Amino acid sequence: MLQIERIRKSVTFQRRLQALILYTLLVGLGIIFLMPLSWMLTAALRGDGEVVYTIPVSWFPTRSFHFENFWRVLTNPAYPLWRPAANTLFLVALNTIGAVISNALVAFAFARLRFVGREFLFKVVILTMLMPGIVLLIPSFILFNTLGWYGTYLPLWVPSFFAAPFFIFIIRQYMRSFPRELDDAARMDGCNFFQIFWYIILPLSKPVLVVVAIFTFQGVWNDFTGPLIYLNDAKKFTLQIALDFFRRSVFSGSSQSTTHLVMAAALMSVIPLLITYFFVQKELIGGIASVGIKG
Amino acid sequence: MADIKRLRLLRMSRLERNENLAAYLFLSPWIIGLVVFLLIPLGMSLYAAFTRWTIINPPPVWTGLDNLNYMFTKDRYFGFSLGITFKYMIMSLPLSIVLGVLLALLLNQKTRGMNFFRTVFYIPAVVTGVGVSILWLSLLDPQLGAINTILRSLGVARPPNWLNSPTWAVPSLVLMSVWGVGGSAIIYLAGLQNIPEHLYEAAEIDGANSWNKFWQITLPLLSPTLFFMLITGLIGGFQVFQQAYILGGGTKFWAAKYMRFYVLHLYIMAFQEGKMGYGAALAWVLVIIAAVAVILAFTFFERRVYYEEGGTKEG
Repeated sequence: MLQIERIRKSVTFQRRLQALILYTLLVGLGIIFLMPLSWMLTAALRGDGEVVYTIPVSWFPTRSFHFENFWRVLTNPAYPLWRPAANTLFLVALNTIGAVISNALVAFAFARLRFVGREFLFKVVILTMLMPGIVLLIPSFILFNTLGWYGTYLPLWVPSFFAAPFFIFIIRQYMRSFPRELDDAARMDGCNFFQIFWYIILPLSKPVLVVVAIFTFQGVWNDFTGPLIYLNDAKKFTLQIALDFFRRSVFSGSSQSTTHLVMAAALMSVIPLLITYFFVQKELIGGIASVGIKG
Repeated sequence: MADIKRLRLLRMSRLERNENLAAYLFLSPWIIGLVVFLLIPLGMSLYAAFTRWTIINPPPVWTGLDNLNYMFTKDRYFGFSLGITFKYMIMSLPLSIVLGVLLALLLNQKTRGMNFFRTVFYIPAVVTGVGVSILWLSLLDPQLGAINTILRSLGVARPPNWLNSPTWAVPSLVLMSVWGVGGSAIIYLAGLQNIPEHLYEAAEIDGANSWNKFWQITLPLLSPTLFFMLITGLIGGFQVFQQAYILGGGTKFWAAKYMRFYVLHLYIMAFQEGKMGYGAALAWVLVIIAAVAVILAFTFFERRVYYEEGGTKEG
């Protein structure tokens, strides 16, 4: 063999070896990362009276496929979970409408209009982004209590209609990228500012508004603290609170026989998050990354 | 300069005045929200911190520095919960940064199927919430849980008590957060992909090996992202609540003592013992501590952050 052929062969071998090591590492780590979720699925599909905590651990559903557990968890007479799920969806809808409308309006002003105090007010927006929400927990409660909103859904959706700094930030960044000529042309055609917003800028901003909607959905779906302090009627509970309630009331006395139901409920609560993720992964990761870089 | 500004204000064309008015109309939701949902509660909270204010019998009673006094002398969980929170942050923050970068480096290879793997590692970060906490409650069960079963099968005679153990309670939460490291890895990945290829090529020509390339190119150019993640990690770490609540029980009676994070302690004081004024004081102390932590982070690390000259990333 010529010297160069020998070198080429050894380089290819090295590269192939590296790729092999890489793939083994990735597959190994990937399996480890997915194991908890896989265990969750296995446990959720167990039947009544079956051992959930097997030795050795069963990571994959092999014998039991009791998909009806999901239905049972939603409709069981003790504490049906369909109602909290519906409650949560209701809040998601309200919050999404509020977030998209209010943040688009505010971001439009920062992005496309010239006005006194624009830079200063935007700095205020950024400042409020850094505020830890904990300080507001108690006084918000006092405020809403004084208004008589305790025990209602109002504290959990009304604030979304008043814009949020993070969303203002990302929508503004997006809206700034459109050419000024669009607005100018529209003005020359006699549009007022709201028409420019409604007919031109808003339709163009659909991608970032989708990101806002997704984030809002995730935030509302996962909100635990809000419903915890404002809701007291078990019928009004959202899914997160209901899960904990379900676990504690159904799970009381550490009766293993209900773990599979609790796991089914827990799994159902995270499935919508997975679904929305899969539908919008490209935009979402791109959006998160670009905000992350800009810091 | 000020005269010119004033002159412009007075001589604003009708168009400009129109635009100003329109702008403020557009901004009104945010401005109203700012006042009603931020400034007013903030002011109330500052006032409440110096009062004794219970939900059951308002009105609040001004007590001056009594709350602070109680906090530092009689509240046996104040320092304790602060310690738990700090312990969690010291363990989870460096770990998540290091592992996140390593994972990102792994996922940055130009081989086929990387998109698939990126999704695989990102999934645990997507599934958040009470459901996942409940899952880990089962996984970490000392007698029955999968984690300890595996440990026993590997020969560990007495695996840790996890949620009820003084030494292993916080690490169990750290374990949960490490499971979600894919979320930060994706952000580091984006940062890595923004590093221009030609830098590496030039370094290779100059004879750099992988070690050099990492320390001289990758790390410096990744430092803005690292710094951002550090700060957000700090701010977030102080506010851990939901996992502590679910994994630690919720009331002071059966709360696993070693899971008593600061915000959980605040919640228990304010909403279960009804001491709203004291809770407000606790919240402000937290804000001050968090601000100090962030300022410290800035002073130590900001000058190490390498900003590309003429950077393309403008706010």
